[in-house]
Amino acid sequence: MISQFFILSSKGDPLIYKDFRGDSGGRDVAELFYRKLTGLPGDESPVVMVTTGGRRHHDGRHFIHIRHSSLYLVVTTSENVSPFSLLELLSRLATLLGDYCGSLGEGTISRNVALVYELLDEVLDYGYVQTTSTEMLRNFIQTEAVVSKPFSLFDLSSVGLFGAETQQSKVAPSSAASRPVLSSRSDQSQKNEVFLDVVERLSVLIASNGSLLKVDVQGEIRLKSFLPSGSEMRIGLTEEFCVGKSELRGYGPGIRVDEVSFHSSVNLDEFESHRILRLQPPQGELTVMRYQLSDDLPSPLPFRLFPSVQWDRGSGRLQVYLKLRCDLPSKREIPGERVSSARQACPKKAPSPAPSLSKLQPVSGAEQPRAEGRAGGGSPSLGPASGARRLSTLGPFPDGRPRAPRTSQPWALHLGPSSGSGPGQSLL
Amino acid sequence: MPYLGSEDVVKELKKALCNPHIQADRLRYRNVIQRVIRYMTQGLDMSGVFMEMVKASATVDIVQKKLVYLYMCTYAPLKPDLALLAINTLCKDCSDPNPMVRGLALRSMCSLRMPGVQEYIQQPILNGLRDKASYVRRVAVLGCAKMHNLHGDSEVDGALVNELYSLLRDQDPIVVVNCLRSLEEILKLEGGVVINKPIAHHLLNRMSKLDQWGQAEVLNFLLRYQPRSEEELFDILNLLDSFLKSSSPGVVMGATKLFLILAKKFPHVQTDVLVRVKGPLLAACSSESRELCFVALCHVRQILHSLPGHFSSHYKKFFCSYSEPHYIKLQKVEVLCELVNDENVQQVLEELRGYCTDVSADFAQAAIFAIGGIARTYTDQCVQILTELLGLRQEHITTVVVQTFRDLVWLCPQCTEAVCQALPGCEENIQDSEGKQALIWLLGVHGERIPNAPYVLEDFVENVKSETFPAVKMELLTALLRLFLSRPAECQDMLGRLLYYCIEEEKDMAVRDRGLFYYRLLLVGIDEVKRILCSPKSDPTLGLLEDPAERPVNSWASDFNTLVPVYGKAHWATISKCQGAERCGPELPKTSSFAASGPLIPEDNKEREQELPDSGALMLVPNRQLTADYFEKTWLSLKVAHQQVLPWRGEFHPDTLQMALQVVNIQTIAMSRAGTRPWKAYLSAQDDTGCLFLTELLLEPENSEMQISVKQNEARTETLNSFISVLETVIGTIEEIKS
Repeated sequence: MISQFFILSSKGDPLIYKDFRGDSGGRDVAELFYRKLTGLPGDESPVVMVTTGGRRHHDGRHFIHIRHSSLYLVVTTSENVSPFSLLELLSRLATLLGDYCGSLGEGTISRNVALVYELLDEVLDYGYVQTTSTEMLRNFIQTEAVVSKPFSLFDLSSVGLFGAETQQSKVAPSSAASRPVLSSRSDQSQKNEVFLDVVERLSVLIASNGSLLKVDVQGEIRLKSFLPSGSEMRIGLTEEFCVGKSELRGYGPGIRVDEVSFHSSVNLDEFESHRILRLQPPQGELTVMRYQLSDDLPSPLPFRLFPSVQWDRGSGRLQVYLKLRCDLPSKREIPGERVSSARQACPKKAPSPAPSLSKLQPVSGAEQPRAEGRAGGGSPSLGPASGARRLSTLGPFPDGRPRAPRTSQPWALHLGPSSGSGPGQSLL
Repeated sequence: MPYLGSEDVVKELKKALCNPHIQADRLRYRNVIQRVIRYMTQGLDMSGVFMEMVKASATVDIVQKKLVYLYMCTYAPLKPDLALLAINTLCKDCSDPNPMVRGLALRSMCSLRMPGVQEYIQQPILNGLRDKASYVRRVAVLGCAKMHNLHGDSEVDGALVNELYSLLRDQDPIVVVNCLRSLEEILKLEGGVVINKPIAHHLLNRMSKLDQWGQAEVLNFLLRYQPRSEEELFDILNLLDSFLKSSSPGVVMGATKLFLILAKKFPHVQTDVLVRVKGPLLAACSSESRELCFVALCHVRQILHSLPGHFSSHYKKFFCSYSEPHYIKLQKVEVLCELVNDENVQQVLEELRGYCTDVSADFAQAAIFAIGGIARTYTDQCVQILTELLGLRQEHITTVVVQTFRDLVWLCPQCTEAVCQALPGCEENIQDSEGKQALIWLLGVHGERIPNAPYVLEDFVENVKSETFPAVKMELLTALLRLFLSRPAECQDMLGRLLYYCIEEEKDMAVRDRGLFYYRLLLVGIDEVKRILCSPKSDPTLGLLEDPAERPVNSWASDFNTLVPVYGKAHWATISKCQGAERCGPELPKTSSFAASGPLIPEDNKEREQELPDSGALMLVPNRQLTADYFEKTWLSLKVAHQQVLPWRGEFHPDTLQMALQVVNIQTIAMSRAGTRPWKAYLSAQDDTGCLFLTELLLEPENSEMQISVKQNEARTETLNSFISVLETVIGTIEEIKS
């Protein structure tokens, strides 16, 4: 049971605040939460925090929060509740708000205060969850979403996942996917559209000789549907899709995942025989299927990494070149890609559509050598199409010797979401 | 929250709300109201426009209605008199033909949270419980709980409770779950909603109709149900089996907990369930949401305490990746430490070694401590890694490595040789107090194996004047004296200098005392020094104390899927202790919450009383004031039924005691003034059967004890015993408050 729910901006300003039970000290808990969060010692986790000491009526209140698109969604409770359920509820709320407001962000929330309150009122009563199904809520929501300003070129950096493929040109993403599910009643010309994305997160650890030490793939098939509710949908996966280590289908090595789980609304009658998922998607976003795979990949990685480390003894400079070559066909896109080398002191971020790597910024502490990045390899364009890209770091080491690096150390590489590279390729 | 400038805003909005032109235009009117709501969220005090908002509630525009009701629920406690004006509109809406309007009005009316609203909401709630629309029923059912809490936890309306119990059979699944929640709150003082066999089976059959939130909640309620037979137990487990495969982690964990609790006598079933929950837990551990990941990791650790090998084959899942936040990395390192076994030790150590050179000093140190933990089992490999780390000559690494060595030498004496060889040279890289103490201790205790030990200590002695930490100086004194016993020739001179400094120049009293003590000890003779200082140099048995043995699953099953594993058991204990003290401490005289913690049940609910073993035993009747004369007569005519002595120390406040006794319905007939010795008090109480308890308290401060003599007009031992335990609790609580 939840006492309060609030949404804070990344700076700690309250955007939404709702007190469900009136059993707590009032709205300064939001401020208290933010103070606690920012003043937390490094080794404590901010996920669940408790208030002790200080004013009496705040005592023993637990804050549980998630961070979602740079917003804090926080609930407070004084009971010993299930953390799994609460965190799940928070992420569900985030999706729901995204569905109804078009997208989730500081701007959209403050534009749609009335709508958000209306939603909260229906989702939670007296701190208890009533329903979170988009379908049921539709009947009760009357306010229309204020849609954000039309697409502008400045928004290019925030390319959404959905709808990125529908556009002819790669550059301008469609805003089709970031519209609210509850389109205005007067506007009858709503299109029946479905967006399906396969999103994979790969965590790969590569030894300096190029061999893979650890591979972890987390994938999910996300569906965003604007179809009228009740329409049935069939998603066919390739028939060679195997679950578990022992199963064998088809002739070749097949497409294999370790574990797979489906959304509860998916009908699996034909899954065993034909690998067909049947479902009646509610409007809005839905994760149809999640799968995991670790260690032996059935196919080679979609990219290759060529590291080279040079240490110039004379100047005390260490040059680290990471050359990343993407083997994906050019029609696929990697919306956000992050390369970070765990062992070395030069983590950096490479936003994909950026024209050059000049935005690289070291994430590490101040005592680290400043990593300066520049585009190498001759080709400054970093389009997702099969380009090789090179990241480099130059750093003077004050004491003349590098701190940690040993060239025999493995490299860790984490790639951000990459769409369209999943083993379960969807044939809609 | 007074906010400068808010007066102007309020004035402007007030004007706009009163403007008939705006009122006529629906969209403009709604926009103004939206602005009010927005300012309210930002923390401005908008209670000034309450009157205008009440007027705005009389509208057909449902969006506007919702906004106004939201506003009213926020400010009603501040403006109760004005809020009563809105009740009329709300009551009218409660009989609107549109179920949505009915539900909205009823929900808002119940959420008004102001005194005096109960009488208005009672009838609409009762109507709502029988409404045709399930939406209204859901609201009405929760409205019962809201109404009950507004009353101030006093009486339970039996008819309402029965009605709610019958609504458990409602068609709508959300109504069913809401009934459970509502009953739980209304019957809180009596232990919550009763789950008997028919209800439990009814709920189990409805489970599949509920959504994930309902399922998670019902699973939690079912924890209370005790199956009568083994067959029934396994039937229930079979029914619940499918929920272990749910896609919602909350439901999976709820089902796991229920399995663990129900099958507490079947360890193999428990192990089986934990194997099945492995997949979902691991998936949550690598989930995209770091918060979920963290919570899952905490639960993994909890399971590992009981089944050390449980996740060993999945050790790679717990390797940290660079971009993870600090708190997740720390948890993962802890997990790695616990799942290490013969097969994966090499890889895990290799991975941990990588973390030791992490950018973040905290994380690096945590990794080194983790290696130290593993070293208790796999000593040689770990000591080698730690020795290599010393070669990096990094301050934050060296200091932690030396501390790890100190602990390791104590617990695993076989590694002493290797540690002694690694130590020379690291004194240059240690600056902090903990690290210095560890190094000095090692040099003192194992100095005879380290050739240059006296010279390192000599450096410390030379610089003792600039040393800032007293703890280091004390450690230095002890270490040098120890080393003096084994290598007297090299140490005698500097020991003299150190003792001189400590006794003559040192400002810190503890250090000076330690110095003086050693000086006098040396005067007594070297044999005496040896006898006192030569303690054992290692004690492997301490390791057993430090890492607790495998805990049985049942010891934490009830904590599974709660906040306890997330906070850690120790932290949770302090949290709940704070809350507990809060609850029965200062609030004691004000409310009767104390009575709930004793064996007293304030309100009668016959059915429950028979179920609870000790609740029917004693019920003291309030306000049974005896006259002093009658008391005296009865007291003299009866014999002492029970006499007991309680310890009592320090101050005594008779008023506090009197108030506390009144809370549990024990009246004070007479008592001495504060400070009189010996102090006396006469108490009386009567239970619902008419049995009188007369008590004399006799406090003798010299003996620091309180003597209690109880007389009873009907000899009944069980009521007597519960009366005495109530008395003891009260006196115990008073003593706690005082201290």
